[in-house]
Amino acid sequence: METIKEIQEEIIEDFEIFDDWMQKYEFLIDLGKELPQIEEQYKIEDNLIKGCQSRVWLHAEEKNGSIVYSADSDAIMTKGIIAILLRVLSNQKSEDIINADLSFIDEIGLKEQLSATRANGLVSMIKKIKLFALALGKR
Amino acid sequence: MLDIIKIRSKFPILSRKVNGQDLVYFDNGATTQKPQVVIDAEANYYANENSNVHRGVHFLSGLATDKFEETRNTIQKFIGAKHKHEIIFTKGTTDAINLVANGFRTLLNKGDEVIISEMEHHSNIVPWQMCCEQSGATLKVIPLLNNGSLDMIAFENFLTENTKLVSVSHISNTLGTINPIKEIIEKAQAVGAKVMIDGAQAAAHISLNMQSLGADYYCFSAHKLYGPTGVGILYGKEDVLNELPPYQGGGEMIKEVSFKKTTYACLPHKFEAGTPNIAGVVAFKSAIDFINELGLSNIAKYEEELLQYATEEVLKIEGLKIYGTAKNKSGIISFNINELHPYDIGVIVDKLGIAIRTGHHCTQPIMERFNIPGTARISLAVYNTKEEIDICINAIIKAKQMLS
Ligand SMILES: Cc1ncc(COP(=O)(O)O)c(C=O)c1O
Repeated sequence: METIKEIQEEIIEDFEIFDDWMQKYEFLIDLGKELPQIEEQYKIEDNLIKGCQSRVWLHAEEKNGSIVYSADSDAIMTKGIIAILLRVLSNQKSEDIINADLSFIDEIGLKEQLSATRANGLVSMIKKIKLFALALGKR
Repeated sequence: MLDIIKIRSKFPILSRKVNGQDLVYFDNGATTQKPQVVIDAEANYYANENSNVHRGVHFLSGLATDKFEETRNTIQKFIGAKHKHEIIFTKGTTDAINLVANGFRTLLNKGDEVIISEMEHHSNIVPWQMCCEQSGATLKVIPLLNNGSLDMIAFENFLTENTKLVSVSHISNTLGTINPIKEIIEKAQAVGAKVMIDGAQAAAHISLNMQSLGADYYCFSAHKLYGPTGVGILYGKEDVLNELPPYQGGGEMIKEVSFKKTTYACLPHKFEAGTPNIAGVVAFKSAIDFINELGLSNIAKYEEELLQYATEEVLKIEGLKIYGTAKNKSGIISFNINELHPYDIGVIVDKLGIAIRTGHHCTQPIMERFNIPGTARISLAVYNTKEEIDICINAIIKAKQMLS
């Protein structure tokens, strides 16, 4: 299994080939379209992430010692961003998720692409992902 | 005919770049940009005139007071009010509505009714909910028709001798609908109700005359009229304002203070407790002068032309639906494209230097009414051009291609 660090490096490489924001956005949109949708039953108030302009649902469960996430949003760009986060953090050990250093976000220039309100949304997503890992890891 | 190139040159921000592109600013419903004269007036006030108002005997205090009161005169003329003391300075529209709603807490009783509408900005909903909760009065909501205009039959059916207050917007910030406020005022006053008009979206676009309109209260924000933030106007008829209890207590709003009994100052000071935003009020005059120089009827005519052009052009985009298609409309176009989320469209056109608003625009009941998460909104001002509309539409088409 690839570590969080290895996956981050791959993503940084993926983004290096893009010259401009337009290509980055197109990539995010494609990722967003591919994002495995969360099961309808998990689209509940409790799984809704606060602080996003669009609605974002996140669900997590433990499988064989790893935390597996699924998510959805009504906005495609937002889905693209979650898709990247989940590529890095889903299917990992709870401890690794909690302690993950997500420096790749700065390196691929994702935050620069987002306005302050949208960057807040990103922070909220990461927080929720880590909170799930913490809660499920304790069991 | 307005010389738009010359007008644009007066707004320094319009020549800046955003994301490497020329700024195209279509978020005027949220706030308009400021001409150099307004920026200069605010700076000049601090550089040469600063002092507190209505207090000192010294030279500067007199100067600051004169300047402050000059704006009140200017506003009185601008909206055709009968008396100067019918003009109250507030922090903005929200503050003005809260001022009135707060006063009505003690004027209303159980069984009384307040009428608002489904298209109101949250600023014209929540203060009335709070007011009704505390006074025991009932809140009634005029529903919307599918084209985004008020259901006037429902409104008339609401009116009874229990109706004490009607508060509706002049123009909807989300749908652009211009409401028949004259008719609303006359019908509501016929059953003895007072009427408040939220003119936040109207004052920069329609010329006003309080005496012929007959509204009991009318309010708006300076920052949506090319003026500074943190300044607003509450107009109220003299006798109506005299009946309204004061809002905030403090300096400036008193006649005499003792621990036995405090008496309140006369209008307008009764409602102007504390040191106001003097620099903002002073600079607001320059904004009104700017509008007067262009002429509100010229502005309205030009914006109508832009609205027509923009509406025709956006409708050429396949799958685009406009929310708010009333016959009588101001320069606001709210839309969605197929199932695309307005947020996605906003994010992409932003990268192309274009500022439009996306979301619920502080009107969640409208979103619920039309069963949508939000809209993308283009809102116009006098400095916008047809070329900018073309640029914006091309950007929207580009966003649609990327997202579909
Ligand atoms: C119709 C309407 N009412 C009230 C407001 C609130 O104005 P302010 O935020 O300046 O108090 C706005 C501003 O968006 C508005 O459009």
